Amino acid sequence: MDLLTLLSDGFATSLSPLNLMIVILGVTAGLFIGAMPGLGSVNGVAIVLPLTFIVPPASAIILLAAIYYGAMYGGAISSILLGIPGASTAVATTFDGRPMAQKGEAALALIAAAFASFVGGTVAVILFTLFAVPLADVALAFGPAEEFALVLLAFTTFVGLGGDDILKTIIMICLGLVLSTVGLDLISGQPRLIFGDLPGFYSGVSFLVLAIGVYGIGEVLYTIETSKSNPTVSNAKITFKDVISGLKTMRRYTKTMSLGSFLGFFVGMLPAAGATPASLMAYGLAKQTSKKPETFGKGNIEGVVAPETANNAASTGSLLPMLTLGIPGSPTTALLLGGMVMWGLMPGPMLFIDQPDFVWGLISSLYTANVAAVLINIALIPLFVWALRMPFSVLCAIVLVLCIVGGFAPNQKMHDVWLIVLFGFAGYFLRKADYPLAPLVLALVLGPLMEKSFRQTLIAEQGNIFAFIERPLSATFIFLSLLFFIWPIVGLLRKSKQEHPHFSSKRPNFSRQNS
Amino acid sequence: MINADRIIASLIMISALYFMWHAVSLPIGWNGLEGGPGGGAFPFWLSLVMLLCAAGVFWRSTSGSKFQRFAFDMSMVKPIFLVSVGLVFTVFLTSMIGAHLAVFLFLFWYLRFVGKHSLKLSVAISVVTPIIMFFFFEVTLKIMLPKGVSEPLFLPLYAMFF
Repeated sequence: MDLLTLLSDGFATSLSPLNLMIVILGVTAGLFIGAMPGLGSVNGVAIVLPLTFIVPPASAIILLAAIYYGAMYGGAISSILLGIPGASTAVATTFDGRPMAQKGEAALALIAAAFASFVGGTVAVILFTLFAVPLADVALAFGPAEEFALVLLAFTTFVGLGGDDILKTIIMICLGLVLSTVGLDLISGQPRLIFGDLPGFYSGVSFLVLAIGVYGIGEVLYTIETSKSNPTVSNAKITFKDVISGLKTMRRYTKTMSLGSFLGFFVGMLPAAGATPASLMAYGLAKQTSKKPETFGKGNIEGVVAPETANNAASTGSLLPMLTLGIPGSPTTALLLGGMVMWGLMPGPMLFIDQPDFVWGLISSLYTANVAAVLINIALIPLFVWALRMPFSVLCAIVLVLCIVGGFAPNQKMHDVWLIVLFGFAGYFLRKADYPLAPLVLALVLGPLMEKSFRQTLIAEQGNIFAFIERPLSATFIFLSLLFFIWPIVGLLRKSKQEHPHFSSKRPNFSRQNS
Repeated sequence: MINADRIIASLIMISALYFMWHAVSLPIGWNGLEGGPGGGAFPFWLSLVMLLCAAGVFWRSTSGSKFQRFAFDMSMVKPIFLVSVGLVFTVFLTSMIGAHLAVFLFLFWYLRFVGKHSLKLSVAISVVTPIIMFFFFEVTLKIMLPKGVSEPLFLPLYAMFF
């Protein structure tokens, strides 16, 4: 009952005319960003974040969350109409979405994707509402030792479950953490890593600068290289009758949607997993449990429904640890966390006590965003078909300008713009060489918390390093971290003994660029 | 053929050494009973881990394993090079002649000469974008973008809108 009161208070915030308009605007922008090949939720949030100064902090975060949501829906549009995933989260949607479009069923595929996303998103938001308060209550017992152990766990999940090269993942985590130490020492206040007394480094390296660099400029460069020619856009005309018959068809896939929603939500909560692996897993599961597995990959509607339900559920799932524990579950939620800190809203359990209006306003806005996204998605399909025909060079030029100007706006320093360009080039080359970028961004965002909690614990315990394993919660997290770290190494050693003389660490299970 | 994976690993190793060199200006050791590591410890030891892992990547690439997968699509090197140079030049020009003029020049050059779009479209986008930038950032958000030598051109606009 209490929960319903909090949620209804939240709706009072999120349904205010300004916030409602912001949700509609954010979802529409997100749909377009998600629909553009190469640009996903993380790119959209990174590029738009500096422009959110125009609205109050709570509305700014609602706007970013709406973009995140919209982009999750939008990713399916180009997967179906172009055969190129709009974002890595929609990779699995191309497997059957594109064949459906080629068979002349683009309209049905788009309706199925939109409706499945709606179901996945809604189930996940309900689960989110139920889990948020208990999780925040547990997190209230956290001291610096638990905070450190939890951040460590987040990083080791990247090593254990990330699916990328282990050495390269560790390099990226360390690089992000080192970059987070630039500026003034947290404890002594002395300057460190200011590279020859460059004044621009005294305030540290902003997560926004890194995110705009790697996800804005780096992504544009990468997309220029990979999108050599403009692919053909399938046409899709949707009538009201199509929508009704599409919804009737969807009733047959309740099981697929339920499985996808639950799987997506729980996979999304894991820091190293997220929407891409969740959608791939849901696709695999749908194929396994289907009566006609041989039709998968040839235009089976279940192959669109399953990944779309899961990726939307996962995107909501990854918001849960970010909001309740202050530990983001994906790069996009890391940016949202950074944005919240920038606006003076510190994510974590205290947020539920200090700022209930904001928290419940944000949670209820996810319900609104879901409804808005499904309606706008279906209503604007002709516009998406038109937008996807836009030459990539126009989009690319506008994104680059947004990166330069948007990167300058928050701190008004040319130093930041130069860093953005530098990170952009570095991000492009690192991505080409298979270095995962998600742990880099997450490490930069979580670095200050990790160092602060580590050093605070040791100061409080007079340098006793065992303080981390003397508290039960912290000890559990440390144990899990060790497990995640050792598990792949043991697996690799066993594997290399069996088949390969060299150290091999590319694992196919969980792989993603961003989500 | 040059192994790009090796070049990147070397650059990471050099960066790690550079970070370590700067990190030692603060204590990197343990302060014992006083309470944990010094201010330089975090960046120093993490850079060391980075250095060792990059050395591992380098060593692995010399052993001729399957990790040498880094390849450029040579036909796309030119557009990427052009965009990169254009971008650096635009940021440089932003400090010199101001953001609005630099963005106008970049967009016109990129759309007309790299993207090979029509003159009408190129002019339209390159003129409208700086105008939107002015109204969004300067008039609405009161964030002044760099003007460089073009500052006097904006004085009448300031008088009109502020």
